[in-house]
Amino acid sequence: MDRIQIISIFASLLIFIGVLNLVRRKKLKTEYSLIWLAVSLVFVIFSFWREGIDKISAIVGIAYAPSVLFIILLIGIILLLIEFSIIISKQAERIKILVQEVALLKLDIEKNKVADEQKKSENISKSEESETVFIEKEK
Amino acid sequence: MKPNVLIIIPAYNEEATIVQVLESLQQECPDYQILVVNDASTDSTSQLAKTTGVAVVVDLPVNLGIGGAVQTGLRYATRNNFDCALQFDADGQHKASDVNVLVNMVLSGECDVAIGSRFVGDAKMQGTDFLRRIGIRVFEFLSILLIRKRIRDHTSGFRAFNRQALQFIKREYPVDYPEPEIVVLLARNKFVIKEVFTQMYSRQGGVSSISIFQGPYYMFKVVISMIMASLRPREM
Repeated sequence: MDRIQIISIFASLLIFIGVLNLVRRKKLKTEYSLIWLAVSLVFVIFSFWREGIDKISAIVGIAYAPSVLFIILLIGIILLLIEFSIIISKQAERIKILVQEVALLKLDIEKNKVADEQKKSENISKSEESETVFIEKEK
Repeated sequence: MKPNVLIIIPAYNEEATIVQVLESLQQECPDYQILVVNDASTDSTSQLAKTTGVAVVVDLPVNLGIGGAVQTGLRYATRNNFDCALQFDADGQHKASDVNVLVNMVLSGECDVAIGSRFVGDAKMQGTDFLRRIGIRVFEFLSILLIRKRIRDHTSGFRAFNRQALQFIKREYPVDYPEPEIVVLLARNKFVIKEVFTQMYSRQGGVSSISIFQGPYYMFKVVISMIMASLRPREM
């Protein structure tokens, strides 16, 4: 085993275990970790199984074998970015609906407040009386 | 019986014109309820609108863009059971006396959606610069292509919707530059859309939502979303 293989095994395992650990500590939701895990697992496999890269590059017809790694990495990153865009779009839609609901609720609350205050000013003496009665009963 | 109509006015930093717009609406159509959707303005649009006492004012806590503001009004309309909702710009471009033309078209059952258009009939494209005209022509062409219907003023923000159309669009409404996409979406789902000529004043205050720099982005976004809207499965 030469130096570069040891380094790549170490680095890819670090990423793989790091992602798993994030999921364990609930810093990363499982559903968002799948692509990360898949990509880092592929790297773990290829850092142990070096001939694999040569074999794949021969099958696909890539002259310079290590560029297979770059392609795998690129595909993984593109998939991740698309996933992020989807998530952002979903969240933007939800935030928009929440903002609209909050605004409409605020309007309702203000309306009720005005109505309540009118009622209160009418019944203020009555309610105070009944409250004291209520407290005395409790005792 | 009084017609149960809501006028939705999306407003973002329109303090120069909002009071005038509200007063003219109050004069021309006192029976309709007016809802100003203040899209997190940084000026005194909201306070001015409230002090007129003519309108209900909804304040959005964050800026959503014109589409998000209009949709808030649409939600309000369906929730409070209005028969018709009308979108009216806060910048004083539209004539309050045209409101009834659109509302009557919708309430009489002539169409589901009425669009107040600058270019119907003999009207020339006045008050629009060259680039805007090209854009509007592109939308016109696209609408013929996608929904087999010639809509001339896709960008008009002067529209009336009946109950069914409201129910449909309150669910799905794009946030920025929504007008042309909504037309395609509605037409594709078999809603009857009619254009009627309405006079347009040139803008009396505020700035256009589309600046020269945003032009290409605007065109790209709207063309894509029009095509996409026409490709989605029918919901009705």
